[in-house]
Amino acid sequence: MSEKLRIATTSLAGCFGCHMSLLDIDERLLELVEVAEFDRSPLTDIKHCGPCDIGLIEGGVCNAENVHVLREFRQNCKTLVAMGACAINGGIPALRNSIDLRECLTEAYIDGIGVQNPQIPNDPELPLLLDKVHPIQEVVSVDYFLPGCPPSADTIWKFLTDLIAGREPSLPPELVHYD
Amino acid sequence: MKTITIDGRSIPFEEGQTIMDAALAADVYIPHLCHNPEFTPHGSCKLCNVKVNGRTCSACTMLAAEGQDVINNSKELNDARRAITQMLFVEGNHICPGCEKSGNCQLQALGYHFNMLDAHFPYFYPRREVDASHPDVLLDRDRCILCELCVRASRDVDHKNVFDIAGRGINAHLIVNSATGKLADSVLEVDDKAVEVCPVGAILVKHHGYEVPIGQRLYDHHDIAEISLMTEGGGSDE
Amino acid sequence: MHSTRVEDCKAFVETLIHRYQCNPTELIRILREIQDRYRHVPDAAIEALASQLSLPRSRIVGVIEFYSFLHTAPRGRYDVLLSDSISDHMLGKQSLMDDLCRKLGVAPGVTRADGQVSVDNTSCTGLCDQGPAGLVNGYAVTRLTSGRIDRMVPLINESVPLAEWPSDFFAIDDNIRRADLLLNERPEPGAALAALLERGADALLDEIDRSGLRGRGGAGFNTAMKWRFCREAEGDAHYVVCNADEGEPGTFKDRVLLDSYADQVFEGMTLCARIIGARRGFLYLRGEYRYLLKPLQDLLAQRRQKGLLGDDILGATGFNFDIDIHLGAGAYICGEESALIESLEGKRGIPRNRPPYPVTHGYLGRPTVVNNVETLAAAAAIAVHGGQWFAAVGTAKSKGTKILSICGDCARPGIYEYPFGTPIRDILTDCGAGGTLGIQVGGPSGTFIEPGEYDRRLGFEDLATGGSFMIFDASRSLLDIVGNFTHFFAHESCGFCTPCRVGTSLMKNTLDKIHSGHGTAGDLVELRSLCELIKEHSHCGLGHTAANPIIETLERFPDLYEQRLKAIVFEPGFDLDGALEAARQLTGRDDSAAHLQQVDR
Repeated sequence: MSEKLRIATTSLAGCFGCHMSLLDIDERLLELVEVAEFDRSPLTDIKHCGPCDIGLIEGGVCNAENVHVLREFRQNCKTLVAMGACAINGGIPALRNSIDLRECLTEAYIDGIGVQNPQIPNDPELPLLLDKVHPIQEVVSVDYFLPGCPPSADTIWKFLTDLIAGREPSLPPELVHYD
Repeated sequence: MKTITIDGRSIPFEEGQTIMDAALAADVYIPHLCHNPEFTPHGSCKLCNVKVNGRTCSACTMLAAEGQDVINNSKELNDARRAITQMLFVEGNHICPGCEKSGNCQLQALGYHFNMLDAHFPYFYPRREVDASHPDVLLDRDRCILCELCVRASRDVDHKNVFDIAGRGINAHLIVNSATGKLADSVLEVDDKAVEVCPVGAILVKHHGYEVPIGQRLYDHHDIAEISLMTEGGGSDE
Repeated sequence: MHSTRVEDCKAFVETLIHRYQCNPTELIRILREIQDRYRHVPDAAIEALASQLSLPRSRIVGVIEFYSFLHTAPRGRYDVLLSDSISDHMLGKQSLMDDLCRKLGVAPGVTRADGQVSVDNTSCTGLCDQGPAGLVNGYAVTRLTSGRIDRMVPLINESVPLAEWPSDFFAIDDNIRRADLLLNERPEPGAALAALLERGADALLDEIDRSGLRGRGGAGFNTAMKWRFCREAEGDAHYVVCNADEGEPGTFKDRVLLDSYADQVFEGMTLCARIIGARRGFLYLRGEYRYLLKPLQDLLAQRRQKGLLGDDILGATGFNFDIDIHLGAGAYICGEESALIESLEGKRGIPRNRPPYPVTHGYLGRPTVVNNVETLAAAAAIAVHGGQWFAAVGTAKSKGTKILSICGDCARPGIYEYPFGTPIRDILTDCGAGGTLGIQVGGPSGTFIEPGEYDRRLGFEDLATGGSFMIFDASRSLLDIVGNFTHFFAHESCGFCTPCRVGTSLMKNTLDKIHSGHGTAGDLVELRSLCELIKEHSHCGLGHTAANPIIETLERFPDLYEQRLKAIVFEPGFDLDGALEAARQLTGRDDSAAHLQQVDR
């Protein structure tokens, strides 16, 4: 049995920018892997989440698959964290919330410039879109929020080190940004 | 000299000054958003709510009076102010990463000031009209917080009455004074006070974008309290 | 709009502007007349008004969009509104609404394609003792039944003019069940003014003072003190305003006073005018009571003829006073005195920042007394009978009597006048109520009391009320009642301040989530703190009381809420599977992956 903390990460309706920022902790990654190991994550390519201590969710919820993944994380992670603007309020993908889904898909797959073989994709393999993009706390309960687009590497590091050390995580003003 | 007490500190005031006026003059920060000392106090955002002898009232509209014991910087009030800020966020569509005002936005800055990490309440996702018709000014109602600073500025300073509020309750919204309701058909000009005064990214000047990079803007490194006292406080050159 | 229509509209606006002397303070009255004629306020009218009243267009549009009875898009030639008050619901309003919509082929709030009819909800119409009630083209219809709905449908479809509809549709009864000091009195018109002239204004004010009369709207400010403050306030004009914007759901006593005791009300206004030095007064009549407008105007004309209004009243040189009636346009908030004044000035009804109060800075910034209908009627009676006559009844801090509007589950709903200090139990016996769940005293913004509290007494010391008294029997669901009230406040919030504008809608949504069985313990915690925030931080009385129905019932009956909660940590606040519906339609998919469970299993 490993005594290391297990961390899982995923990106839902996000751009992986928050994951890039996580990698941006640079050499501190070495410190991190001393005390933690990664479960399901784009970094490990593990496809499903096992029991974990911390789940970091990037991105909001824009489709049915996002809901399933998010629920898997909620079931398995003791502490679930909304990492970045999209997870917290939908972010840039939520700009589509003011447009009807029909209009969005018609523009993208039917009427858009350069579209060939116009057809709205309907393969059952593809996740269906929700009519709006939602922040993750509207779909599952969330324990902590790390604002930023992305949260800076220092923000992520401060948060993780607090949590790993058993402290209540807190962010000083200079680490709180919404952009 | 007549005085009031704010958080135990004695603050002088002159007849006719509000609690906000007296506080700013003495370099005491009371959070505010719809208030701008250049304009008639409005009292709608309720971020400046303070306790005066035990009663909650808006510092920007309440006249200072001898014997007032004001509580401003308490946990209870700041918790309420954070919640009110969060209400403003969920009421509109505030996508900071996609907004040119980010870093210079007072709503955002208040979020920072109160260490607001999420918007807490469910989002309303209202559908609001974006008006890009004007050659020089963009009106993005998604970001409007109904502070009516543009309404006041256009009425009282520009003498143009370009803006007003219509609707009721959660459906209240900013409207434009023109036959089409579009900004292009109004008499608004880019150097109007009404354009300059918007505390958020609802009214933006076109053709200027990201001249100061994100990360180097006003509230990126300065708390709104510090900026407010510097520009509106007793030491400022008003 | 065709050009002939545009010309017609411009000409009509022209006559209105002429009639209202080009006065922007008359905007709401003008807009109401335009709405009546065209079923909406056409763009041509907005344009004409803007240029001739020198108002920004946006100001006019802002006003139209603020008031429920004004519209920028056409309503039906028959615009039917059904009262959404809880008492109407208890009498079967919803099924009548469904019935009416189905038979007319119309959806609520959407004008039928042929423009013939629209059906919608409206806040309490003040006919709770003879509901379910509604308004057809602004005129009150009562005692709706499925039979009446069946008769109404062909009348609408066949364009039968309202004047030819069966008169029983519009029959409105006073239903005075218990009369006391005020309702037993019908002094001769002019009696109070004669007493005033005989004793002089100072002595009469002292008499009002002696009576201990306090405002009947609910807040209970001392009337003599209000008049004195206003009298002493400096200004080049003073005004007296009668607040007849009786909008608190379940209140209808002002309707009865204005129907059968209007002389006394006008007399009270005239009295006040003499004391404070006003030459002009307004009666702000709620839009729902428009059927009273004509009779009230006729009565004013009679009073002028009798020398009870106008110049040199009762021959007293320089006693000049006249009254104008302003018809409201559907906004509960205008019952708040400073919002009412804004509305009188032709604006959106946004409550002002106070202080300063209307007694020093009211209508057009001048000293203004705003009094409730009942207060003014009482003042007139006191002038005739003296302060002691009034003060002899009631309790130490609540002198005189209070007129109640009783509705809900009782045998004899209607108007009851009681001395202050009367125990609730006695009232329930009189009106024939039994097996009750509780009473809402003072309307949605008031207090809910349960059977164990029926020894409590009517009065400012204990149970203050503007007049609303709604009785619920044990068959009623408390959460249905609270839900109705909470929706009402969200609908009527003026939108000025953040806590009320956003908070009442959040509160409504959270309550609905719990009520419909989708809430969790966390939602209840959330609801509680939202309520506290709205109550503490809102701008005016609406926000200060909007959370009362929830706060009070949560305090007394927490079980009712807790029973509805799910034993899980969290459930989404929106319908997850419903959120996939649009995509299912666009893709034609209905496979299992095209659906979502609301709760994670």
